[in-house]
Amino acid sequence: MSLKYAVIDRWSQGQSVFHRLDARMKMTALLVYLLSIATLKPVRAPEMIAFGVLILIGMTLSALPIGGFLLRGAVVLPFTGTFAAISAFGGQTDFAVGLVAKSYLSALGVLLLAATTPMPALLHAAQWLKVPRVLLLVIQFLYRYLFILVEQAGRMRQAALCRGSALSKRSRGERMSSAAGMLSVLFARSYERAEGIQRAMLSRGFHGQIPLLTNPAARLKDWAFALCAVAATLAIRLGGRL
Amino acid sequence: MHIPDGFLATPVWAAAGAVSVPGVAYCARRAHAVLEEGRIPLMGVMGAFVFAAQMINFPVGVGTSGHLVGGALLAMTLGPASACLVMTAILTVQALLFQDGGVLALGANVLNMALAGVFAGYLPFQLWGGGSRRKLAIWLGGFFSVFVSASLAMTELLLSGIPIPTGVALLSLVLFAISGAMEGAITVAALDALGRLNPSWVRTSQTAGKGGYGALWVGAVLLACVGILIASPLPDGLEKLAESLGIAGRASNLFKSPLSDYEASFVSAAWLRKALAGLAGLLATYLVCLAAGRMIAKRGSKA
Amino acid sequence: MNILPVIDAQQVRYSYSDGTSALNGIDFHLYPGETVALLGRNGSGKTTFVLHLNGLLQGEGTIQVCGMAVCRQNLAAIRAKVGMVFQDSDEQLFMPTVLEDVAFGPRNLGLGVDHAVQRAREALSQTGVADLAGRAPYHLSAGEKRRVALAGVLAMSPEVLVLDEPTTFLDPPAERELIRLLKSLPQAKIVVTHDMPFARALATRAVFFEKGRVVANGPIEEIASRFHWEI
Ligand SMILES: Nc1ncnc2c1ncn2[C@@H]1O[C@H](COP(=O)(O)OP(=O)(O)OP(=O)(O)O)[C@@H](O)[C@H]1O
Ligand SMILES: [Mg+2]
Repeated sequence: MSLKYAVIDRWSQGQSVFHRLDARMKMTALLVYLLSIATLKPVRAPEMIAFGVLILIGMTLSALPIGGFLLRGAVVLPFTGTFAAISAFGGQTDFAVGLVAKSYLSALGVLLLAATTPMPALLHAAQWLKVPRVLLLVIQFLYRYLFILVEQAGRMRQAALCRGSALSKRSRGERMSSAAGMLSVLFARSYERAEGIQRAMLSRGFHGQIPLLTNPAARLKDWAFALCAVAATLAIRLGGRL
Repeated sequence: MHIPDGFLATPVWAAAGAVSVPGVAYCARRAHAVLEEGRIPLMGVMGAFVFAAQMINFPVGVGTSGHLVGGALLAMTLGPASACLVMTAILTVQALLFQDGGVLALGANVLNMALAGVFAGYLPFQLWGGGSRRKLAIWLGGFFSVFVSASLAMTELLLSGIPIPTGVALLSLVLFAISGAMEGAITVAALDALGRLNPSWVRTSQTAGKGGYGALWVGAVLLACVGILIASPLPDGLEKLAESLGIAGRASNLFKSPLSDYEASFVSAAWLRKALAGLAGLLATYLVCLAAGRMIAKRGSKA
Repeated sequence: MNILPVIDAQQVRYSYSDGTSALNGIDFHLYPGETVALLGRNGSGKTTFVLHLNGLLQGEGTIQVCGMAVCRQNLAAIRAKVGMVFQDSDEQLFMPTVLEDVAFGPRNLGLGVDHAVQRAREALSQTGVADLAGRAPYHLSAGEKRRVALAGVLAMSPEVLVLDEPTTFLDPPAERELIRLLKSLPQAKIVVTHDMPFARALATRAVFFEKGRVVANGPIEEIASRFHWEI
């Protein structure tokens, strides 16, 4: 279960050409890509295939496991599939196919960014895009403690299973209250952890503002990437539609 | 219900973004986070807690189990403003890292779950959480937090021209109500256990000012009603509504069924208009963000 | 003695909000360059006491750090002088990357970004983990985390180091490394520990806590044998 959270984090630690590109450029390119797909209506096969090829190029450059990557992006499909099925049932097959293609390609684009950019770099890039600082800080702390707390919850669940928490003999009320008990203990641990962090912050001179470092300067190759990616995306988007 | 990218029409996600950005900015100010960042670790850790809490299964129905969604629980422990920030952070991480909800759709998801969901979830607690109907109030909070956000999501999908037959829409409302009831039950059990561990973790419900609570009341009820009203008679109802309001001519590509769009889109002028509208929407969202940020920073430094 | 103590605590008392009286009149001194081990049973008040040394908790009695009283107006200066390394490194390393974490303290001291980064890199190489600068704290081993936490404190150039159970989760080689590293640092040190080989290797003097009081103060061997402080 915690693997689900860890896999993208692991991918993002890679060292490929694509990993080392400036996060701001990747984020800008992603936004252009997402906008191009979002405003596409109706959806036509050649464009979708061309966008797919763009993603494949990125994926190859980033040396990610292709199968795992495509599968990870497919987490949107249950949701999309439901709506696609409904519209296909209603006779709008083209629309259904378009829906699946658009959402899957969008998800793959986001995944490509997330799987090739470590969280700190993403946060720095988002700060450059003027995302409010407070939100970024909350995300920063959330992500910092995400794996630790998920692991803790996993251990608690395991311990509960060892003591027979899933036995069907117990009444539903009993199981409900033991789950609630576990939740409250997890809450308590989280609260204590937050207090510990606050203590550590104060000990190191914190007085109201969390100081951040700045982005490293973008290199020529980052600009070149951004230019190519945006140009390719816009060419696909605008080609044949004007 | 996390809406992925590719579903919402440009005007819908842009408008949702234009609402949720200042909304979240307002919450950041209310949570005192702009001035005093000492509370931020707690908010971040609580966001991680919600992820972790989803590993704990609650036996909610006949043979099924569910897990906490968290909006109402966060609101009742951290307060609605902080809860809104935490939920926004959760949704952002889900969208970026776990492809749970889209990136362009993030504005809509934040509007549904972090703003409407959290405030609707806090409202009953705010109104009756201190009295003898405390348990009911907590349950209602959990219920509302899920039901309101899911209905809003449905509304946005319908507005975007996703063809959902009336029957399916009504059935989904029933499903939303069921998952809302589950969230209510989980929230009641969890708050009960929390209160026994340390009563100071659960907010007392007299803390917010009178004016604030009136606004909450109206806002949440309005959102819930609008969601249900728009959702139930659709999809034909919306087009009629638009026509009768006289906006059909201008907004027709927003409401038209996708099939008829197929033909229209070969007219390049129509396409261009749409693209420009999309860009304008995006630009407007961005400007609103910047302006709100400035304003808050200014007010912050004055206070 | 005519050398002034870096830490001079007198009659420190503290009760937690739930009524537990954790400290019942502690007298304690620390002189420049010395390393003192705080020993005592679980719950005897060691952690509670060290939290007073930089004003994280404030009870009755007086505490002076480098001649300054621990009180609200001196807190910023005192926190720069007392470097505290906590037991849980995950709580100590809260920033997204190692470099940012180590630069957190110097930035709070008002240093500019470049200067703070330079200080952080120096501290990281002092503790032997310069190559970890770009990593996320989550991915480090326990020993690496401890070194980074120590670097985060050293980057503020403190005059006293306070370490609360620094050897938990460390394997023997990592512990050996930590001892060597701590020995090479010139600061006066307080180590709270249950790990006697570690205490012996570092400390010359020990102070024994019992129920919120200091019941003995003297050479570490003497205290160890007097309280049977051995497995
Ligand atoms: N946050 C708290 N609230 C209430 N009581 C506390 C709190 N922290 C510690 N105590 C109590 O204060 C007393 C001293 O605790 P302290 O943590 O200082 O002991 P310690 O010597 O560090 O123990 P250990 O060796 O286990 O770390 C104990 O009785 C403990 O239960
Ligand atoms: Mg202790």
